[in-house]
Amino acid sequence: MALKRKSRHFNWTRKHLLGLRELSEEEITFILDTARGFEEISKRSVKKAPPLRGKVVVNLFFEDSTRTRNSFTLAAQRLSADVVEFTKKLSSVSKGETLLDTARNLEALGIDIVVIRHEAAGAPKLLARNINACVVNAGDGYCEHPTQALLDTYTIRRKRGTLEGLKIAIVGDIAHSRVARSDMWAMTKLGAEVTFVGPPTLMPAEVSRLPVKVSYSLDEVIEHVDVVNMLRIQFERMGGNPFPSVREYSHYFGLTAERMKRAKPDITVMHPGPINRGLEVESEVADGPNSVILQQVTNGVAVRMAVLFLVNHAAAQRA
Amino acid sequence: MGNELLIRNGRVIDPANGVDGICDVLILDGKVAAVGRVGDAGAKPGRRIIDAAGKLVVPGLIDMHVHFREPGDDEEETIASGSAAAVAGGFTSVVCMPNTKPAIDNETHVEYIHRKGRQARKTHVYTMGAITKGREGVELAEMGFMAEAGAVGFTDDGSGVQDASVMRRALKYAAMFDQVVAQHCEDRAYAGQGVMNAGYYATILGLPGLDGLAEEAMLWRDIQLLKKSRLPVRYHAQHISTAGAVEIVRAAKAQGVPITCEATPHHLLLTDDCCAEYDTNYKVNPPIRGAADVEALRQAVRDGVIDVLASDHAPHLQSEKELEFLTAPFGIAAMECALSLYVKALIEPGLLDWPALIRLMAANPGRIIGVDKGALGIGKQGDVTIIDPDARYTIDVNTFRSKSRNCPYHGWKVRAKVEMTIVGGEVRFDNRRIENRAQTLDR
Repeated sequence: MALKRKSRHFNWTRKHLLGLRELSEEEITFILDTARGFEEISKRSVKKAPPLRGKVVVNLFFEDSTRTRNSFTLAAQRLSADVVEFTKKLSSVSKGETLLDTARNLEALGIDIVVIRHEAAGAPKLLARNINACVVNAGDGYCEHPTQALLDTYTIRRKRGTLEGLKIAIVGDIAHSRVARSDMWAMTKLGAEVTFVGPPTLMPAEVSRLPVKVSYSLDEVIEHVDVVNMLRIQFERMGGNPFPSVREYSHYFGLTAERMKRAKPDITVMHPGPINRGLEVESEVADGPNSVILQQVTNGVAVRMAVLFLVNHAAAQRA
Repeated sequence: MGNELLIRNGRVIDPANGVDGICDVLILDGKVAAVGRVGDAGAKPGRRIIDAAGKLVVPGLIDMHVHFREPGDDEEETIASGSAAAVAGGFTSVVCMPNTKPAIDNETHVEYIHRKGRQARKTHVYTMGAITKGREGVELAEMGFMAEAGAVGFTDDGSGVQDASVMRRALKYAAMFDQVVAQHCEDRAYAGQGVMNAGYYATILGLPGLDGLAEEAMLWRDIQLLKKSRLPVRYHAQHISTAGAVEIVRAAKAQGVPITCEATPHHLLLTDDCCAEYDTNYKVNPPIRGAADVEALRQAVRDGVIDVLASDHAPHLQSEKELEFLTAPFGIAAMECALSLYVKALIEPGLLDWPALIRLMAANPGRIIGVDKGALGIGKQGDVTIIDPDARYTIDVNTFRSKSRNCPYHGWKVRAKVEMTIVGGEVRFDNRRIENRAQTLDR
């Protein structure tokens, strides 16, 4: 399917990717177009290209992650960068080395790009203000997860050509989801109509001021949407019990085979992973013909290659 | 120099005595000896004459809500450094909050604060005692002994007394001592892990919200306890921050409940969009609220619903404020520029005139903490602040006497500067001399 190439001559100037809220439609489209060019590298028998040769990327992960970390590692390696893995369980409040001290130490080692995941919203911004290296946000608290939203929109574009005019439902724990926020910024900027679906206890404060519709009923929404993105229930982040039981949650907000019968036949089913099978999505649906869950994972590498490539390019231009 | 001081030709504003006019103030042996036209006859040899023409001469300002961090966190502030900051801000009396390490919850600790304050020789240093032992909200602290040692009220500030039955007991017991019981209103269970005002900005920034209802619920609860107890105890709501809290206090006052309350500069000036760049200098508890709350607070000051302006001076190390917004400590240190901030929030928009502002910064806090200060009557302690109301300057945190720099107003252009702070007849801060010296050095 041919992608629009209207942004081909765009000049990318950001040396950090901190979130999608501050990005324009043109910038988002440019990343997606760039990613399209990188997709092919992963299909070669020798999966390597040279643009980041001699550059050092550090994966600075303060939260558990397998998928995103591996995806970033592969993306960096396919662009020939050296990758340093840095894992650290978050220290208690002000004890131990602070984030800034950690970053300054890494910088002293001569790194070029920091990929950071942190449980504190705003941590990537804090880093970007204080070090010279490029900073890429791999998820901060429940603020943003920009590369996830980029791979989500990329996957939708590959599947359906454009986001313009699509109706997209994002279902689940909106309040504690960085994916929901980044998806919202990216998808609405690209022209989609987004509906947040979930129980009121999992909606953030003043949700009505966000550029989305809100529904408390998946049944009311499922018939009308072109894409449904089922968020993972983040048991570790919720606190309290925002719904009485998993059984009751699944009853109202699970994507079951039964519910799928009332959806449009070509509905696209997404999930950022890892799936709680049978909770958000029934296995039959997750593995069914409408699911693009594994394509999302594949596309994640190309999208992250594009991001690493672009921030490095912007930094080189400034130097 | 004999302890004789004549302040001439200033605009003397003393709301407690209904004074507002150009005249002189004579201080002999640390006490006010005359307020009026002393004239040349007063300019006796050996007497220090201060020309205050064009300036405001007001009763020494009182900040009834400061954190000087001693004992326990001396690297953030000490009673000495905090006192120096106080006089630079025009404050001749301050009230330290008892949330130190250990908490000020017995007479020995109260005496310790007083001793350190005397040794600093800057401002009068008072302290409130904790309501409960260790500020744990469980058992009453020895309020009687602390009152006898000179504590000027009780609070568990930093947190509120969560258990309603404990608070009821505290209010009843405190009625024996004619001391104010002050509350940091916050229902902790409801507040949860919030770090900024719950609302649109918390949502898009992905930060846990701190809902104003946490404050309002406890405030409302305490007022019901006051009504129920029918005892002559005075209650003071600290740093109120929401339009809802204003309405609760307004209604309680209309019903004759013995309640007073205070507002801080940041809740009168800032709105929660300021957190958008995760600048931890804006992280404070209660959090900075929305525009409607700021407007309600300002109107409440004008209407007299808010009795006191207090800085809630809360110094923190730069290394602590360099942490992520989620983990950095709460607090703003702005005592040294507080007066200018009140002018910006209240006088510049025409909500208050100078006499009204001075009432909220001197007479009212003095009355609430029960000290014979905040007025310039004959025989009163010679605490005087001289203010240049027209001076314009740019706030520069690097000039602060405080040990800490966690002040979001750095670079703000403001009006009204403290020229001189006189405590017990002694000049403890003299900005004229500082500026003269700076000019000499420049040359």
